[in-house]
This record gives sequence, structure tokens and C-alpha cells, in this order.
Amino acid sequence: MAQVQVTGITKYFGEVKVLDNVNLATRKHEFLVLLGPSGCGKTTLLRIIAGLERPTRGEVLIGGREVTGLPPRARNIAMVFQSYALYPHMTVFENISFPLRTQNMNRDAIQEKVAWAAGLFGIDRLLERKPRELSGGERQRVALARAIVRMPTVFLLDEPLSNLDAKLRASAREELQTFQKRIGITTIYVTHDQVEAMGLGNRIVVMDQGRVRQIGTPLQVYWEPADTFVATFVGSPPMNLVEQGEVLMGFRPEDFLPIEGREEEDVERFQFEVTWVENLGAERLVYGNMAFQSRNGRVVSRLAPNIRVSLEAGKTYIFAVPRLGIKLFDRNTGMLLRRVSGVGG
Amino acid sequence: MKDLRALRKKGAIYAAALFFICFGAFPFYWMLITAFKRDHDLFNPESNPFLFNEPSTLEHVRLLFGQTLFMKYVVNTFLVGGAVVLITLVIAIPAAYSLTRLAGRWGESLGVGIFLTYLVPPTLLFIPLSRVISFLKLGESLWSLILVYPTFTIPFCTWLLMGFFKSIPRDIEEQALIDGCTRIGAMVRVVLPLSTSGILTIVIFAFTLSMQEFIYALAFISVSAHKTVSIGVPTELVRGDVFRWGPLMAAALISSIPVAVVYSLFLDRFIAGFTMGATK
Repeated sequence: MAQVQVTGITKYFGEVKVLDNVNLATRKHEFLVLLGPSGCGKTTLLRIIAGLERPTRGEVLIGGREVTGLPPRARNIAMVFQSYALYPHMTVFENISFPLRTQNMNRDAIQEKVAWAAGLFGIDRLLERKPRELSGGERQRVALARAIVRMPTVFLLDEPLSNLDAKLRASAREELQTFQKRIGITTIYVTHDQVEAMGLGNRIVVMDQGRVRQIGTPLQVYWEPADTFVATFVGSPPMNLVEQGEVLMGFRPEDFLPIEGREEEDVERFQFEVTWVENLGAERLVYGNMAFQSRNGRVVSRLAPNIRVSLEAGKTYIFAVPRLGIKLFDRNTGMLLRRVSGVGG
Repeated sequence: MKDLRALRKKGAIYAAALFFICFGAFPFYWMLITAFKRDHDLFNPESNPFLFNEPSTLEHVRLLFGQTLFMKYVVNTFLVGGAVVLITLVIAIPAAYSLTRLAGRWGESLGVGIFLTYLVPPTLLFIPLSRVISFLKLGESLWSLILVYPTFTIPFCTWLLMGFFKSIPRDIEEQALIDGCTRIGAMVRVVLPLSTSGILTIVIFAFTLSMQEFIYALAFISVSAHKTVSIGVPTELVRGDVFRWGPLMAAALISSIPVAVVYSLFLDRFIAGFTMGATK
């Protein structure tokens, strides 16, 4: 049974349509990531699920119960805001116990649950402090502990890592995932960072301009993008898209490699005029032109350090893409075309 | 060289501070010496007005407490002030909250509109309001003031509080909604505790505004026993063109000291309240 199901959600802010007929359902214990550029409607969708915003049309079901018109308190959900939204006038203990106190739970039960949640995130020693005396990472843990303390049906997270510095973010990602696996609560996580999405999600929902473009596992989204938006939004550098007659041909930069040593494989060969080589240590990015017009300006190849072919700007080389790595998209609609044929070199 | 310049700068700052201290303290000094000077000393053009030229006296203070209803005025002032503060809080807090959070883009202009009503001078309003008071048969009663004073404290305090409520992040309130509060619950448990300095500001403000109010009190009340300090003192101690300076100043001093003390105790919060209301 789906823990959260939204059907036909459409939302207008005045004249602006921010969500357009969104349908999705989470699976039990799933970590679902809503990914998209800013302004794509992902946060609005999360707020509609939380009950902070009402959809213009459509329904929200949580745990099989329709909750569309209900206020947040009737939904048994927990949410962590981007700002953590800790109550500044309360201690950490009071913050974490707040959702329990609003339910008039008795004192001993509160003590016990807060101790459990604080222990889970290793913040037992901070219980007497005020939020302003905490570091960014500690604040985030307090926010998570407060969200988890009453065991909600769903856990909603709105870019909870974006206030942390880059170093902390990686460890917070790991922590978040282990914790979610341990607790097993269905989680919906909003982010605009594709690295976070790929790393955390069981499935990713890619959104753009209020519409769901694709729902799939990280690998599906990466290797089988439903359309050109997904193809270019996920991956850094993004998928190469070149015009070839009536279709757009797409391939990942790491699939687009010099022919040397790959002559035996089932590959498509292309002439590639190198214009610039960028050596980043862990990888080499090679920019250049092909005989076809490229959608992203230039075509990029991404070489792992074990590929030692020397490449110079200004020269033309033969590059190859495995036939399986080539995706074809409709030139007008941008949708993925299922058949792969008629590719000429 | 450098030391000299630093010294001069410091000196200038201290000189300026000294000037403002004198400026601020002078009225209190004047009230103090006038309250304890003998009449002969006060009205003698030969004597130095800044000093005691003759021995001091308690005669004026005795007159103030013995022959006027000064204590009664003070009690009345506190009764009216307290009631006005309560009414203002009960109305301005929900008004400001709903204008900032629930009224959408109309809230802002409505707030400004409410503030504008504060600017209509009492010298005009007391005429229609005196009809209202006589219709309600509240003339000569403290209730007339308790009813009328909120007409200027509520608009001002609502506007001031809107600035405070706006400065509280929406996230925190929404978090409270998610954590199981109703709208009103979120307001009481999260928004109000975070606006203590704002609420304190409007308490002090509503109280001092009603304490210093003169026109309505003069228009609605003439029975001695129901007067407040602001009209009791001038009407009872100025008879025709005779000014009883001694008791006048004693009364002014006694009623201004508590206000001055409260202001200086909460000065920081008070200023924070004002700038917050001003910028956003």
C-alpha cells in the first residue's frame, strides 16, 4: 500500500500554474526524492502533502486515508524545513518534545521518547542548550530528532542539507540514509542537487515547470532519461545531445571515448574535433565539435584517469559510443524514442 | 600625535554626552528644586532661579497630598491605564497577527490604513466622541476614558506589532502547525513568546499614551474625584491666572519618575521594537 499518494494535483498561485496534474505514489519504507530546478514546484508539492498549502485540484492520500482538506496536525506527518525552524525560545529538549506536548502525552513517556530520539542522533548532551548555541550540523540533528520523535507516517524533508557546508553535507547524507533505513519511515525528500538525489533516493521524481518528467530509480533516470530535460538536468557534465535529421541523439560524456582499444566492441564511430582539454585530476574533460549540431553548444567527453590517450586541442580524433549508450529523442517534443536504429556515423 | 587625536575624539564624545545628560536631566532638576522652594524664594525676581536661596520646605508636597485629591488622580490614572493596556492587548495582538499572516496582500495596506486613523487629532475627535459618551451615559465616569483611549492606542499598537510578527520566520509557525498546533495554538505557543519585546513595547506605549492624554479627559470629566493626573494637576493647581508652581512641579515630578524608570529599564528592548517596526 502506498503511504503517500497524490492524484491529479494542480495548483495555481493567482494566474500562475505551479503544479500541473501531478500523480505519484510512494512505496512503503521508500526514500523518494523530488528533484528539479528551483521554481519547478517541488517544494509546493511537498507543502501540499504536508497540508500547509491546498491544491487547486486533486487529492492527497496518506496511509490510505484522504487528507486533502485536513490541516497538518491531522495528518501525522513530520517535516524538516530548509531553515530547520527550531523554536528559538525553547531548549533542545523542549524543541524535541514539542510535538509530543501538543498531543498531551504524559511526562514519563515524553522523557523516554526524547531520550530515544536524542540518542539516535547523538545529541543527548545538548538537551539543555538553546538553538542559538548550536552549530549547523547540531541544529540539523535537533530538527531531525524533533521530526522523528512521534513516529510519523511520513517524513518530509525540504532541502535539509543546503545550509551545511560541503564537507558536512557528505557525512550528513550518509547519516540520513542509514537512519532512514533503520527507522524505515517513508521519506519524501526535496532537493535541487542531483548528487544528493542520486545518492539518497530509492526512486527519483524529476520535475520541471510543475510537471513530473520522470519517476525512476537513480540508474533509470541517469541511463534511460524519459526526455531531454531529464537527460540534461541529471549528470555533470550533462548528456550530450546532437541533432541528427529528425531525431536528437544523446549519449553520456563517459560513454564517448577514443576508439583506441575498443575496436572490437559494438560501437558507433564519430569524428571528433577537440577544441579544449580540461584536466581535473580524477578525470579529463574533452570539449569539441562533431559533424552534427550540438544542443549544448559543444560535445563533451569524460575520460577516467586510466585512459591515457594523449589528446591535443585543434586535432581531430575518432571517438566511439557503445550502441547501447545511444538514446534517441524526438526533436520536437524531446521525448525518448524507444527504437534505436538508423544511427549513421 | 595619535594619542592626542584619540584623546580629543574621546573628549568630544564625552562633551556631547555631558551636554545631553544636562539636557535630559534639567527638567527633573527644575521640578525637584521648584517643588521644595519656598514661595517667597520662587516669586522673588532677585533670587537665583537655579539654586535654593532660602531654606527648602515640604509645604508644597503637603499641600499636594493634603488639599488636593492627588493620590486619587494617581489611582485613577493607573486604573484607566491598566484597563486600556488590557483592551489594547486583547484587540491589537489578534488584529496584528491576522493582518500580517492571514490577510494576504491586503494586510499591509489595511495596516497602514489603521495607522492613519491614529493621526486624526483628538482635538477634532473629541467633539463627535462626546456625543457618543453622552449617548452611552458615561460622562463623568472613568469608563468614558477606558472606552475612548483605545481608539488611539489600538491603531498605533497594531501597526507596531505587525512589524514584530512580520519579523518572525513563517517556517517556525508552519513547523508548529506540523507539530500538532492549531493556528491559534501556534500563535500562543510560538509567535507570542517570540514577540515578548514587541508586546512589552506596546504595553509601555499604551500606558504612557493614556497617562499623558489631556483633551478627552478634560472634555469628559470635571468631577474632581474622577480626574486623572494629566488633567487633575493643571485644573486643580492652576486657578485663573494663579499658578501654584510648587505643588504643580511636585505632582509632575512624582508622576514622571516611574515612567522614566520604566523607560530606562526597557530602553534596549524598546528601541529594538521601534527599529523592527520601522524597517520591515
